[in-house]
Amino acid sequence: MDGLLFGLELSYWQASLLRVLGVLVAVILPAGGFVYVFLFKMMSFMQSRLGPMEAGPYGSIQLLAEVGKFLQKEDIVPERADRRLFFLAPYIVLASTFLLLVVMPFGPDAYFANLDTGIFLALGLSSVSVIGVLIAGWASANKYSLIGGLRAAGQLIAYELPLVLAVVGVVIQAGTLNLQGIVAAQHQGEIFGFAGIGNPFVLTQLVGFFVFLIATQAELTQPPFDMPVAESEIVTGYITEYSGLRFLLFFIGEFATAGAFAAIAATLFLGGWAVPFVELDDNVMNVAGPLVLFGKMMLVGFLIFWVRFTFPRFREDQLQAFAWKYLIPISLVNILATMVLKVAF
Amino acid sequence: MPKPKIPGLFTGMRITFGELIKTLFPRRGILTLIPAPSKGAVTVQYPHESESPAPRARGVIALKEENCTVCMLCSRSCPDWCIYIEGHKTKAPPRRPGGKERTVSALDRFDIDYALCMYCGICVEVCPFDALFWSPEYEYSEPRLADLLHDMDRLAEWMETVPDFEPYEAGSNAKVRKVPR
Repeated sequence: MDGLLFGLELSYWQASLLRVLGVLVAVILPAGGFVYVFLFKMMSFMQSRLGPMEAGPYGSIQLLAEVGKFLQKEDIVPERADRRLFFLAPYIVLASTFLLLVVMPFGPDAYFANLDTGIFLALGLSSVSVIGVLIAGWASANKYSLIGGLRAAGQLIAYELPLVLAVVGVVIQAGTLNLQGIVAAQHQGEIFGFAGIGNPFVLTQLVGFFVFLIATQAELTQPPFDMPVAESEIVTGYITEYSGLRFLLFFIGEFATAGAFAAIAATLFLGGWAVPFVELDDNVMNVAGPLVLFGKMMLVGFLIFWVRFTFPRFREDQLQAFAWKYLIPISLVNILATMVLKVAF
Repeated sequence: MPKPKIPGLFTGMRITFGELIKTLFPRRGILTLIPAPSKGAVTVQYPHESESPAPRARGVIALKEENCTVCMLCSRSCPDWCIYIEGHKTKAPPRRPGGKERTVSALDRFDIDYALCMYCGICVEVCPFDALFWSPEYEYSEPRLADLLHDMDRLAEWMETVPDFEPYEAGSNAKVRKVPR
């Protein structure tokens, strides 16, 4: 990690302030975009509805109305709840999301932190949210919350494995854990000697891409993997007792994490902020890179939410069996094949 | 050779995607690629455009005042007692000259409290004199709860909106009912 940030020589506090503000924007904008474009509009169109139409043109400021609604709701805390932990839980979940985006590269010089083991840190931080979820389930003093929290923990741990194993294939092929390095490897790669469009790893790591997407779906506890919040069985799982602002934080956390995972998937498999035919260190990419990455994120988000709106919920045991019996062996075979091919070519 | 079976997973995704495209790009010809979800979706943007309910929709109960005999059957059969009826006996002129004066019942009050009504339609079913009918009219909300108690005149106004009965199936021997106009 060098001392530069956005190509500027900054003191520590300046860099930290920039990181905090930048990550705030990088979390809130994609989360809002995802909720509006996918949850409000795409889902409605898939059900032949219109979605929100009244707040702003085509309901575009509906999100502000929703936030206002949640802010004015009564903040209810159960009598027997562990108050301090109850208040802490949503912030832990949200913090893991915010930290995820710290390591994301948005351009040759547009990054918050360029770590040698960026993807490793990202995957490690993504599992911190499990702790927040468990705390929420335990501190609510509610049986449904506890069951939901335990289900979430079991699910997140089970799907963390295929997630990491799917990434290992990419790391082997790129030969680095650094996210900038992975982007560069895809940009400079070639397909059977044809170097035109680089080599986005979605082509060679197609299996890994799909395993990663499925595992992401489960990590986000979205349908069809939403047993932790299965409303017909356990009310809303670990967020049953949360209301008002704290519920809003969980809600933001869910969609911001969707955005963060979409960004990771776009970086690992779709070439990140780089565009074919444009030099990697071109200064234009510092401005265009974030937009390119956002476009690729929307593409991945579309896949994630398309699946979300199509399939009904799995059963709890089916979910676990799916992870341990299918996804993990598939991703192990994928790693093996990648290793063999990497050595062979 | 049988067609290869597409797994249900992909069929489901094809259907949702198809619905998305159908809603987003409903137009044909040169305008195909311009999104027009307001035309594609089945949603009716209610306050801006009015909905046309099905002719037999249970919107509101209309009263044909002249047919009511104050028999109280509807009031007694109402599960939540939302019908208030008052009447008195009065003399009507004889049917034939030189005959005896008839005793008839006149309606003083016929109120339905739509704050209580649960639209079960038992009163309409039970009325033997064709005085109560379903109307698809739905725009009668009130800012105050108490104003939902609609009286005889209001109920009679809705009589105009009652649609004709649908014709029976061919070969039916049931007596054809008509809405009194």
